[in-house]
Amino acid sequence: MSQPNIQARIRSNPKFAEMVGKRTRFAIILSLVVLVPYYTFMMITAFNPALLGQPISEGSIITLGWPLGVVLVVGSWLTTGIYISRANGEFDTLNEQILRESAK
Amino acid sequence: MKRSLIALVAGSLLAFAAIAAPGTLEGVQKQPINVSAIAMFLVFVLFTLGITWWASSRTKSTADFYTAGGGITGFQNGLAIAGDYMSAATLLGLTSLVYAKGFDGFIYTISFFVGWPIILFLMAERLRNLGKFTFADIASYRLDQNRIRTFAAFGSLTVVCFYLIVQMVGAGQLIQLLFGLEYTYAVIAVGLLMMVYVTFGGMTATTWVQIIKACLLLGGGTTLMLLAFSRFDFSFTNLFTQAVAAHKSGIAIMAPGKLMADPVSAVSLSLALLFGTAGLPHIMMRFFTVPNAKEARKSVFFATGFIGFFFLVVIILGISSIVIVGQDPQFFEGGIIGGKLIGGGNMPVMHLAKAVGGDVFLGFLSAVAFATILAVVSGLALAGASAIAHDLYARVIKKNQATSAQEMRVTKIASVGIGLVAILLGLLFRDQNIAFLVALTFGVAASVNFPILILSMYWKGLTTRGALWGGIAGLLSAVTLVILSPAVWVKVLGNAQAIFPYDHPAIISMTTAFLVTWLGSVTDKSARASSEADAFEEQYIRAQTGLGAAGAHAH
Repeated sequence: MSQPNIQARIRSNPKFAEMVGKRTRFAIILSLVVLVPYYTFMMITAFNPALLGQPISEGSIITLGWPLGVVLVVGSWLTTGIYISRANGEFDTLNEQILRESAK
Repeated sequence: MKRSLIALVAGSLLAFAAIAAPGTLEGVQKQPINVSAIAMFLVFVLFTLGITWWASSRTKSTADFYTAGGGITGFQNGLAIAGDYMSAATLLGLTSLVYAKGFDGFIYTISFFVGWPIILFLMAERLRNLGKFTFADIASYRLDQNRIRTFAAFGSLTVVCFYLIVQMVGAGQLIQLLFGLEYTYAVIAVGLLMMVYVTFGGMTATTWVQIIKACLLLGGGTTLMLLAFSRFDFSFTNLFTQAVAAHKSGIAIMAPGKLMADPVSAVSLSLALLFGTAGLPHIMMRFFTVPNAKEARKSVFFATGFIGFFFLVVIILGISSIVIVGQDPQFFEGGIIGGKLIGGGNMPVMHLAKAVGGDVFLGFLSAVAFATILAVVSGLALAGASAIAHDLYARVIKKNQATSAQEMRVTKIASVGIGLVAILLGLLFRDQNIAFLVALTFGVAASVNFPILILSMYWKGLTTRGALWGGIAGLLSAVTLVILSPAVWVKVLGNAQAIFPYDHPAIISMTTAFLVTWLGSVTDKSARASSEADAFEEQYIRAQTGLGAAGAHAH
C-alpha cells in the first residue's frame, strides 16, 4: 500500500478529525490552565506585590505568595499527568484504530 | 575502537593525577585540596567510564550514536531530561538567589519551571513523530534542505557554544573552589572526560551519565534539605520566622521585591525561560531517544515531576541557608557576618552542606556538582556533534549520500572538535563576566530555534524564505539587544547607561522573529512556497498519528 494512499484514507477517516480536534482542544485548554494563573501571578508581583506579601492568616509569618507558588508548581505538574493519562489512553487508542483501518 | 578507548581513559586518569599534584603546590587557592570530594568524584568518573565502555559496544550505527537506537524508556528519559535541566547553575544559582532575595528567588524558579507543561502540550508528540536525530530534521522537514537545515544547524551550534562557555567557566570556578584544583586543569579535565563519554558512548553513555547524575543530585539535594529542615523541626513557621530575623532585608524577603518590579522585564524574562527551554537543542534531542510519542509524553511527565520536586527542595535549601549559613562567621571572609561569603555569592548551598552534614557531605555534594557539569556539557557536545555531522555533513554537504560509516567518523571528529573548542572557550573566558551569556543562550534559543520549530509544525503557510528571514531577524535582534543591555553595555563595556534597559531581549526579539517570519512567508508567491504548503498535509498526518515516524532500532 502506497504511503499517499494511506494518508488519504487517514484524512477521510472521521476518527482522525475527531482525535485531532479533541487532542488539540485538550492541549490548548491545559496550556491555558498553566499559563493564565502563571501570568496572573507574574502580573501581581509586578503591579500589586503587597497582595502576595499578606500573611496567610492573622499573625502568621508565612505570606500568601509561598503557598500560591507551590500550587503553581505542583498544579503545573499535575496538568502534565492529566494530559498524558488521556493522550496515552483515549487518544492513542483512537490513533491505533485510525492507523489500523487505513492500512487495510 | 576499544583500544583507543583504553588509551583515552588512561589519558584522562593521568590528567587527573596531574591535576591533583600541582594543586597541592599552588597554595594560593582559597580552598585546600578536598580529598573526600576528589575521591567520590573519581568513583563517579570510573563508574561512568565503565558505562561508556559498555555503551561503546552498543554504539554501531548513527541511530545508536545520536538517539541510543530510540530504546530509552519514558521514565529513563524523564530522569535524563531532568538531569539536563538541573545543571550546577540550578543548584548553586537558584539557592543563592533565594538566599539573597527570598521570595524573588522563588518567582524566578517558578518561571524556570512552567515551560515544561507547555512543551508537553504543544511539542512533545510532534517532536517525536517528525524528528529523527536533530531539531533541524523537523525545521527542514518540508522546507529547503540546504538553507533551512544549514541555518537550523548554526542556530543549534550557536546555542551550544554559548551554553558551553557558561558551563565550562562555571566548572572551572567551581572546581577551583570546591576541590582546590587549578582552573586550567579543571577545564581541561571536564573537556577530556566529555570527549570520552560522547565520542565512544554516544547518546547511550550520555543518557546514563545524565540519569546517574540526576539520581545523585535528587538524592543529595533531598538529604541536605531534610538535614537542614530538621533544624527547624520541619516547621515552615519556625523556618520563616528565623529567616526573617536573620536576613538583612527582614520581612521584605516574604514578598515580591525589585526583581520583578518592572512588568516588561518580568514578561521578557519569562518568555526567554519558557520558550528558550523549548529551543535548547540538547533538550529537544532527548525526545528522539524514546521509541514513540507515548514514551515521549511520559518522559515529560516524569521530567516535570523531578524538576518541580527539585526546585521546591532548592527553595527550602535557600531559606535554610539564610539562617544556618547567614549567621555563621566561619562561612564569611574574615569571619565578618554579612560580609562576603567565602567562595563568592554562589556558595550558600555548599556552605549549608558543610554546616549540617560536615566535610564528608560537603565532599559528596561537590562531587555531585562536578558530575552535574560533566553530564550537561556531554549533552551539549552531543547536540553540537549531531548538528555538524548529521545536518551539515551528511545532509547538506553530502546531500544524504554519505554512508553510515562516513557519518560516524565525522561525528566522532566533531565530538572531539567540540571538546577542544569547549576547553579553549573555557580558558578564553576565564575571569570574564559571563552573566550575559545566559541571557544570550536563552534569547537565541527563544528567538531563533523556537519560532522556526513551532511554526514549521503548526503553520502551513511557513515558507523557506519566511523561516530564513525570521530566523535571521531573531538572531540579529537577540544579539544586538543583549549587547545593548545592562549586562554587556554597562557591566562589560563600562558605559554608564544601558541603551536597552532589560537583561532579557525575548519580548522584542521573539516578537520580531515571529512577525518577520510571517511577513516573509505570506509575501512569498514562489512555486517553491506553494509546494511547501502542499507538503504540509503529509507532515501534519505524520505529526498527529506517527505514521512513518522513525521507530526504535533493534540491537
